[in-house]
Amino acid sequence: MSLLSLIFGSKPKTANMAKERLQLIIARERVDDGKPSADFLPAMQQELVAVISKYVHVNADDIKVSMEKKGNYEVLEVNIVLPEQN
Amino acid sequence: MTRIVVVTSGKGGVGKTTTSASFASGLAMRGFKTAVIDFDVGLRNLDLIMGCERRVVYDLVNVISGEATLNQALIKDKHCENLFVLPASQTRDKDALTEEGVEKVLKDLEHMGFEYVICDSPAGIERGAVMALTFADEAIIVTNPEVSSVRDSDRILGILQAKSKRAQAGGEPVKEHLLVTRYSPKRVEDGEMLSFKDVQEILRVPIIGVIPESESVLHASNQGTPAIHIEQSEVAEAYKDVIARFLGEDAPLRFVSYEKPGLFKRLFGG
Repeated sequence: MSLLSLIFGSKPKTANMAKERLQLIIARERVDDGKPSADFLPAMQQELVAVISKYVHVNADDIKVSMEKKGNYEVLEVNIVLPEQN
Repeated sequence: MTRIVVVTSGKGGVGKTTTSASFASGLAMRGFKTAVIDFDVGLRNLDLIMGCERRVVYDLVNVISGEATLNQALIKDKHCENLFVLPASQTRDKDALTEEGVEKVLKDLEHMGFEYVICDSPAGIERGAVMALTFADEAIIVTNPEVSSVRDSDRILGILQAKSKRAQAGGEPVKEHLLVTRYSPKRVEDGEMLSFKDVQEILRVPIIGVIPESESVLHASNQGTPAIHIEQSEVAEAYKDVIARFLGEDAPLRFVSYEKPGLFKRLFGG
Protein backbone atom coordinates (compact mmCIF):
# COMPACT_ATOMS: atom_id res chain seq x y z
CA MET A 1 0.00 0.00 0.00
CA SER A 2 1.35 3.40 -0.88
CA LEU A 3 2.04 6.11 1.67
CA LEU A 4 -0.85 8.18 0.34
CA SER A 5 -3.35 5.42 0.72
CA LEU A 6 -2.04 4.77 4.21
CA ILE A 7 -2.61 8.38 5.13
CA PHE A 8 -6.06 8.55 3.62
CA GLY A 9 -6.93 5.02 4.71
CA SER A 10 -8.36 3.99 1.35
CA LYS A 11 -8.59 0.30 0.60
CA PRO A 12 -7.43 -1.04 -2.76
CA LYS A 13 -10.15 -1.15 -5.38
CA THR A 14 -9.80 -4.64 -6.74
CA ALA A 15 -13.29 -5.32 -8.10
CA ASN A 16 -12.30 -4.12 -11.56
CA MET A 17 -9.39 -6.52 -11.62
CA ALA A 18 -11.73 -9.34 -10.70
CA LYS A 19 -14.06 -8.43 -13.53
CA GLU A 20 -11.33 -8.21 -16.16
CA ARG A 21 -9.76 -11.50 -15.10
CA LEU A 22 -13.11 -13.26 -15.11
CA GLN A 23 -14.05 -11.94 -18.53
CA LEU A 24 -10.81 -13.26 -19.99
CA ILE A 25 -10.81 -16.69 -18.37
CA ILE A 26 -14.50 -17.35 -18.96
CA ALA A 27 -14.29 -16.33 -22.61
CA ARG A 28 -11.41 -18.76 -23.03
CA GLU A 29 -13.13 -21.60 -21.21
CA ARG A 30 -16.29 -21.15 -23.26
CA VAL A 31 -14.27 -21.49 -26.46
CA ASP A 32 -12.60 -24.64 -25.13
CA ASP A 33 -16.03 -26.05 -24.29
CA GLY A 34 -17.28 -25.49 -27.80
CA LYS A 35 -14.47 -27.51 -29.30
CA PRO A 36 -15.18 -31.18 -29.89
CA SER A 37 -12.92 -33.44 -27.95
CA ALA A 38 -10.02 -34.25 -30.20
CA ASP A 39 -7.64 -36.24 -28.05
CA PHE A 40 -7.07 -38.64 -30.91
CA LEU A 41 -5.71 -36.05 -33.33
CA PRO A 42 -1.97 -36.48 -32.61
CA ALA A 43 -2.17 -40.28 -32.90
CA MET A 44 -4.17 -40.03 -36.09
CA GLN A 45 -1.69 -37.56 -37.52
CA GLN A 46 1.19 -39.98 -36.89
CA GLU A 47 -0.67 -42.86 -38.49
CA LEU A 48 -1.51 -40.75 -41.52
CA VAL A 49 2.16 -39.86 -41.87
CA ALA A 50 3.05 -43.55 -41.74
CA VAL A 51 0.48 -44.54 -44.37
CA ILE A 52 1.19 -41.72 -46.79
CA SER A 53 4.95 -42.17 -46.47
CA LYS A 54 4.53 -45.62 -47.96
CA TYR A 55 3.50 -44.06 -51.24
CA VAL A 56 4.93 -40.55 -51.37
CA HIS A 57 7.72 -38.87 -49.55
CA VAL A 58 6.31 -36.39 -47.07
CA ASN A 59 7.64 -34.66 -44.01
CA ALA A 60 5.74 -35.27 -40.80
CA ASP A 61 5.25 -31.52 -40.43
CA ASP A 62 3.54 -31.27 -43.78
CA ILE A 63 0.51 -33.22 -42.64
CA LYS A 64 -1.76 -31.13 -40.51
CA VAL A 65 -4.99 -32.35 -38.94
CA SER A 66 -7.46 -30.22 -37.06
CA MET A 67 -11.02 -30.35 -35.90
CA GLU A 68 -13.37 -27.40 -35.85
CA LYS A 69 -16.97 -26.81 -34.99
CA LYS A 70 -19.00 -24.96 -37.61
CA GLY A 71 -22.57 -24.47 -36.49
CA ASN A 72 -23.98 -27.91 -35.85
CA TYR A 73 -21.23 -29.71 -37.77
CA GLU A 74 -17.84 -30.85 -36.70
CA VAL A 75 -15.33 -30.50 -39.49
CA LEU A 76 -12.25 -32.71 -39.54
CA GLU A 77 -9.65 -31.08 -41.73
CA VAL A 78 -6.59 -32.93 -43.03
CA ASN A 79 -4.11 -30.83 -44.94
CA ILE A 80 -1.28 -32.63 -46.72
CA VAL A 81 1.38 -30.61 -48.46
CA LEU A 82 3.30 -32.69 -50.96
CA PRO A 83 6.93 -31.75 -51.48
CA GLU A 84 7.78 -30.02 -54.74
CA GLN A 85 8.87 -32.40 -57.48
CA ASN A 86 12.47 -31.87 -58.46
CA MET B 1 -48.07 -29.75 -14.63
CA THR B 2 -45.16 -29.81 -12.22
CA ARG B 3 -42.37 -27.28 -12.72
CA ILE B 4 -38.98 -28.64 -11.70
CA VAL B 5 -36.49 -26.01 -10.51
CA VAL B 6 -32.86 -26.84 -9.77
CA VAL B 7 -30.86 -24.66 -7.37
CA THR B 8 -27.23 -25.04 -8.37
CA SER B 9 -23.89 -23.23 -8.36
CA GLY B 10 -20.88 -25.43 -8.98
CA LYS B 11 -19.02 -23.97 -6.02
CA GLY B 12 -19.86 -25.00 -2.46
CA GLY B 13 -20.83 -22.71 0.38
CA VAL B 14 -22.44 -20.01 -1.72
CA GLY B 15 -25.99 -20.46 -0.42
CA LYS B 16 -27.63 -23.23 -2.43
CA THR B 17 -29.32 -24.95 0.49
CA THR B 18 -30.26 -21.64 2.15
CA THR B 19 -31.81 -20.61 -1.16
CA SER B 20 -33.54 -23.96 -1.76
CA ALA B 21 -35.12 -23.83 1.68
CA SER B 22 -36.28 -20.22 1.37
CA PHE B 23 -37.37 -20.53 -2.25
CA ALA B 24 -39.42 -23.67 -1.60
CA SER B 25 -40.92 -22.09 1.53
CA GLY B 26 -41.75 -18.91 -0.38
CA LEU B 27 -43.62 -20.83 -3.08
CA ALA B 28 -45.51 -22.79 -0.42
CA MET B 29 -46.40 -19.53 1.37
CA ARG B 30 -47.95 -18.40 -1.90
CA GLY B 31 -50.15 -21.49 -1.80
CA PHE B 32 -48.33 -23.80 -4.21
CA LYS B 33 -47.95 -27.44 -3.29
CA THR B 34 -44.17 -27.75 -3.22
CA ALA B 35 -41.56 -30.42 -2.59
CA VAL B 36 -37.88 -29.75 -1.98
CA ILE B 37 -35.41 -32.57 -2.60
CA ASP B 38 -31.87 -32.80 -1.24
CA PHE B 39 -29.58 -34.32 -3.90
CA ASP B 40 -26.45 -34.17 -1.75
CA VAL B 41 -26.18 -37.89 -1.04
CA GLY B 42 -23.69 -38.52 1.75
CA LEU B 43 -23.66 -34.91 2.95
CA ARG B 44 -27.28 -34.08 3.59
CA ASN B 45 -28.01 -30.72 5.16
CA LEU B 46 -31.32 -29.51 3.84
CA ASP B 47 -33.02 -31.33 6.74
CA LEU B 48 -31.01 -29.23 9.24
CA ILE B 49 -31.74 -25.97 7.44
CA MET B 50 -35.44 -26.84 7.30
CA GLY B 51 -35.38 -27.93 10.94
CA CYS B 52 -36.72 -31.43 10.32
CA GLU B 53 -33.55 -33.45 10.96
CA ARG B 54 -35.07 -35.43 13.81
CA ARG B 55 -38.01 -36.54 11.73
CA VAL B 56 -35.98 -38.16 8.93
CA VAL B 57 -36.80 -41.86 8.66
CA TYR B 58 -36.52 -42.63 4.95
CA ASP B 59 -34.71 -40.74 2.22
CA LEU B 60 -34.41 -40.26 -1.54
CA VAL B 61 -32.23 -43.34 -2.02
CA ASN B 62 -34.65 -45.51 -0.01
CA VAL B 63 -37.42 -44.40 -2.36
CA ILE B 64 -35.35 -45.00 -5.50
CA SER B 65 -34.35 -48.47 -4.37
CA GLY B 66 -37.93 -49.36 -3.42
CA GLU B 67 -37.27 -49.70 0.33
CA ALA B 68 -39.81 -47.01 1.12
CA THR B 69 -42.67 -45.27 -0.62
CA LEU B 70 -42.55 -41.60 -1.48
CA ASN B 71 -45.33 -40.98 1.05
CA GLN B 72 -43.25 -42.56 3.80
CA ALA B 73 -40.17 -40.51 2.93
CA LEU B 74 -41.75 -37.06 2.45
CA ILE B 75 -41.56 -34.93 5.60
CA LYS B 76 -44.21 -32.28 6.11
CA ASP B 77 -42.70 -28.88 6.83
CA LYS B 78 -43.37 -27.36 10.25
CA HIS B 79 -44.04 -23.84 8.94
CA CYS B 80 -45.93 -24.34 5.71
CA GLU B 81 -49.00 -26.49 5.20
CA ASN B 82 -48.22 -27.51 1.60
CA LEU B 83 -44.45 -27.95 1.73
CA PHE B 84 -42.69 -31.32 1.91
CA VAL B 85 -39.03 -32.21 2.28
CA LEU B 86 -37.37 -35.25 0.71
CA PRO B 87 -34.01 -35.69 2.44
CA ALA B 88 -30.86 -37.15 0.92
CA SER B 89 -29.34 -40.35 2.20
CA GLN B 90 -26.54 -39.84 4.68
CA THR B 91 -25.01 -43.30 4.49
CA ARG B 92 -25.25 -44.33 0.87
CA ASP B 93 -23.04 -43.79 -2.11
CA LYS B 94 -23.95 -41.12 -4.63
CA ASP B 95 -23.98 -43.81 -7.33
CA ALA B 96 -27.31 -44.88 -5.84
CA LEU B 97 -28.86 -41.97 -7.73
CA THR B 98 -29.88 -43.46 -11.06
CA GLU B 99 -31.43 -41.39 -13.80
CA GLU B 100 -34.41 -43.75 -14.05
CA GLY B 101 -34.86 -43.65 -10.29
CA VAL B 102 -34.81 -39.86 -10.11
CA GLU B 103 -37.18 -39.62 -13.08
CA LYS B 104 -39.64 -41.97 -11.39
CA VAL B 105 -39.59 -39.97 -8.14
CA LEU B 106 -40.28 -36.76 -10.08
CA LYS B 107 -43.10 -38.42 -12.05
CA ASP B 108 -44.65 -39.73 -8.84
CA LEU B 109 -44.50 -36.26 -7.29
CA GLU B 110 -46.33 -34.96 -10.32
CA HIS B 111 -49.05 -37.62 -9.88
CA MET B 112 -49.36 -36.53 -6.25
CA GLY B 113 -50.27 -33.05 -7.43
CA PHE B 114 -47.09 -31.17 -6.61
CA GLU B 115 -46.89 -27.89 -8.52
CA TYR B 116 -43.25 -27.16 -7.87
CA VAL B 117 -40.33 -29.48 -7.14
CA ILE B 118 -37.15 -27.74 -6.00
CA CYS B 119 -33.95 -29.76 -6.47
CA ASP B 120 -31.18 -28.71 -4.07
CA SER B 121 -27.98 -29.60 -5.91
CA PRO B 122 -24.76 -30.64 -4.23
CA ALA B 123 -21.61 -28.67 -4.99
CA GLY B 124 -19.31 -29.89 -7.73
CA ILE B 125 -20.06 -31.24 -11.17
CA GLU B 126 -20.36 -34.92 -10.40
CA ARG B 127 -23.25 -37.34 -10.42
CA GLY B 128 -25.40 -35.74 -7.72
CA ALA B 129 -25.14 -32.29 -9.31
CA VAL B 130 -25.87 -33.67 -12.78
CA MET B 131 -28.87 -35.69 -11.51
CA ALA B 132 -30.26 -32.59 -9.78
CA LEU B 133 -30.26 -30.60 -13.03
CA THR B 134 -31.10 -33.36 -15.52
CA PHE B 135 -34.88 -32.97 -15.39
CA ALA B 136 -35.02 -29.25 -14.63
CA ASP B 137 -37.42 -26.87 -16.36
CA GLU B 138 -35.81 -23.87 -14.70
CA ALA B 139 -32.50 -23.27 -12.93
CA ILE B 140 -31.48 -20.84 -10.23
CA ILE B 141 -27.74 -20.24 -10.43
CA VAL B 142 -26.57 -19.12 -6.99
CA THR B 143 -23.43 -16.99 -7.27
CA ASN B 144 -21.35 -14.95 -4.81
CA PRO B 145 -19.74 -11.78 -6.18
CA GLU B 146 -16.34 -13.41 -6.05
CA VAL B 147 -14.09 -14.81 -8.81
CA SER B 148 -14.15 -18.53 -8.04
CA SER B 149 -17.91 -18.60 -7.58
CA VAL B 150 -18.56 -16.74 -10.85
CA ARG B 151 -16.25 -19.05 -12.79
CA ASP B 152 -17.86 -22.17 -11.33
CA SER B 153 -21.30 -20.79 -12.14
CA ASP B 154 -20.26 -20.42 -15.75
CA ARG B 155 -19.07 -24.01 -15.71
CA ILE B 156 -22.35 -25.33 -14.29
CA LEU B 157 -24.25 -23.29 -16.91
CA GLY B 158 -22.27 -25.14 -19.57
CA ILE B 159 -23.23 -28.47 -18.01
CA LEU B 160 -26.87 -27.41 -17.79
CA GLN B 161 -26.81 -26.50 -21.47
CA ALA B 162 -25.23 -29.85 -22.39
CA LYS B 163 -26.65 -32.48 -20.05
CA SER B 164 -30.18 -31.48 -19.10
CA LYS B 165 -33.03 -33.37 -20.78
CA ARG B 166 -34.30 -30.13 -22.23
CA ALA B 167 -30.93 -29.39 -23.82
CA GLN B 168 -30.69 -32.90 -25.21
CA ALA B 169 -34.21 -32.84 -26.61
CA GLY B 170 -33.35 -29.63 -28.43
CA GLY B 171 -36.68 -27.99 -27.58
CA GLU B 172 -37.18 -25.07 -25.27
CA PRO B 173 -34.03 -24.76 -23.12
CA VAL B 174 -33.92 -24.69 -19.32
CA LYS B 175 -34.93 -21.21 -18.16
CA GLU B 176 -31.97 -19.76 -16.28
CA HIS B 177 -32.08 -17.29 -13.41
CA LEU B 178 -29.10 -15.66 -11.71
CA LEU B 179 -29.28 -15.16 -7.95
CA VAL B 180 -26.41 -13.17 -6.43
CA THR B 181 -26.04 -13.92 -2.72
CA ARG B 182 -23.90 -12.63 0.16
CA TYR B 183 -23.95 -9.22 -1.46
CA SER B 184 -22.45 -6.24 0.32
CA PRO B 185 -23.53 -2.92 -1.27
CA LYS B 186 -20.94 -1.03 0.76
CA ARG B 187 -18.05 -3.13 -0.48
CA VAL B 188 -19.37 -2.79 -4.03
CA GLU B 189 -19.51 0.98 -3.64
CA ASP B 190 -15.96 0.96 -2.28
CA GLY B 191 -14.79 -0.92 -5.37
CA GLU B 192 -13.89 -4.00 -3.35
CA MET B 193 -16.57 -6.34 -4.63
CA LEU B 194 -18.01 -7.21 -8.02
CA SER B 195 -21.40 -5.57 -8.51
CA PHE B 196 -24.41 -7.70 -9.41
CA LYS B 197 -24.34 -5.97 -12.80
CA ASP B 198 -20.74 -7.13 -13.32
CA VAL B 199 -21.71 -10.71 -12.45
CA GLN B 200 -24.70 -10.55 -14.76
CA GLU B 201 -22.62 -9.10 -17.58
CA ILE B 202 -20.06 -11.88 -17.25
CA LEU B 203 -22.53 -14.78 -16.97
CA ARG B 204 -25.20 -13.34 -19.29
CA VAL B 205 -28.11 -14.78 -17.34
CA PRO B 206 -31.15 -12.69 -16.35
CA ILE B 207 -31.07 -11.73 -12.69
CA ILE B 208 -33.85 -12.92 -10.39
CA GLY B 209 -32.56 -11.35 -7.22
CA VAL B 210 -29.79 -10.12 -4.97
CA ILE B 211 -29.60 -11.41 -1.39
CA PRO B 212 -27.59 -9.19 0.94
CA GLU B 213 -24.89 -10.55 3.22
CA SER B 214 -26.54 -10.78 6.59
CA GLU B 215 -26.23 -12.15 10.07
CA SER B 216 -29.79 -13.39 9.89
CA VAL B 217 -28.81 -16.30 7.60
CA LEU B 218 -26.68 -17.86 10.34
CA HIS B 219 -29.37 -16.99 12.85
CA ALA B 220 -31.88 -18.84 10.66
CA SER B 221 -29.76 -21.94 10.17
CA ASN B 222 -28.91 -22.08 13.89
CA GLN B 223 -32.58 -22.56 14.68
CA GLY B 224 -33.55 -24.63 11.65
CA THR B 225 -35.86 -22.03 10.18
CA PRO B 226 -35.57 -21.05 6.51
CA ALA B 227 -34.27 -17.47 6.26
CA ILE B 228 -37.44 -16.31 4.51
CA HIS B 229 -39.29 -16.71 7.83
CA ILE B 230 -37.00 -14.36 9.79
CA GLU B 231 -39.35 -11.44 10.36
CA GLN B 232 -38.22 -7.99 9.30
CA SER B 233 -34.89 -9.17 7.95
CA GLU B 234 -33.61 -7.87 4.63
CA VAL B 235 -32.79 -11.43 3.59
CA ALA B 236 -36.40 -12.57 4.08
CA GLU B 237 -37.67 -9.57 2.13
CA ALA B 238 -35.15 -10.19 -0.65
CA TYR B 239 -36.23 -13.84 -0.93
CA LYS B 240 -39.91 -12.80 -1.03
CA ASP B 241 -39.00 -10.48 -3.92
CA VAL B 242 -37.32 -13.42 -5.69
CA ILE B 243 -40.57 -15.40 -5.41
CA ALA B 244 -42.55 -12.45 -6.78
CA ARG B 245 -40.23 -12.12 -9.79
CA PHE B 246 -40.26 -15.87 -10.34
CA LEU B 247 -44.05 -15.74 -10.49
CA GLY B 248 -43.86 -12.95 -13.05
CA GLU B 249 -44.64 -10.03 -10.77
CA ASP B 250 -42.85 -6.72 -11.01
CA ALA B 251 -40.53 -6.20 -8.05
CA PRO B 252 -37.62 -3.74 -8.27
CA LEU B 253 -34.32 -4.86 -6.74
CA ARG B 254 -33.91 -3.80 -3.11
CA PHE B 255 -30.94 -3.77 -0.72
CA VAL B 256 -28.46 -3.23 -3.55
CA SER B 257 -27.32 0.30 -2.84
CA TYR B 258 -25.41 1.57 0.12
CA GLU B 259 -26.68 4.42 2.21
CA LYS B 260 -24.25 6.06 4.56
CA PRO B 261 -25.57 5.77 8.10
CA GLY B 262 -26.76 9.12 9.38
CA LEU B 263 -25.53 10.69 12.60
CA PHE B 264 -28.51 9.37 14.51
CA LYS B 265 -27.89 5.80 13.39
CA ARG B 266 -24.21 6.08 14.18
CA LEU B 267 -24.95 7.33 17.67
CA PHE B 268 -27.75 5.01 18.58
CA GLY B 269 -27.22 2.05 16.25
CA GLY B 270 -29.75 0.68 13.82
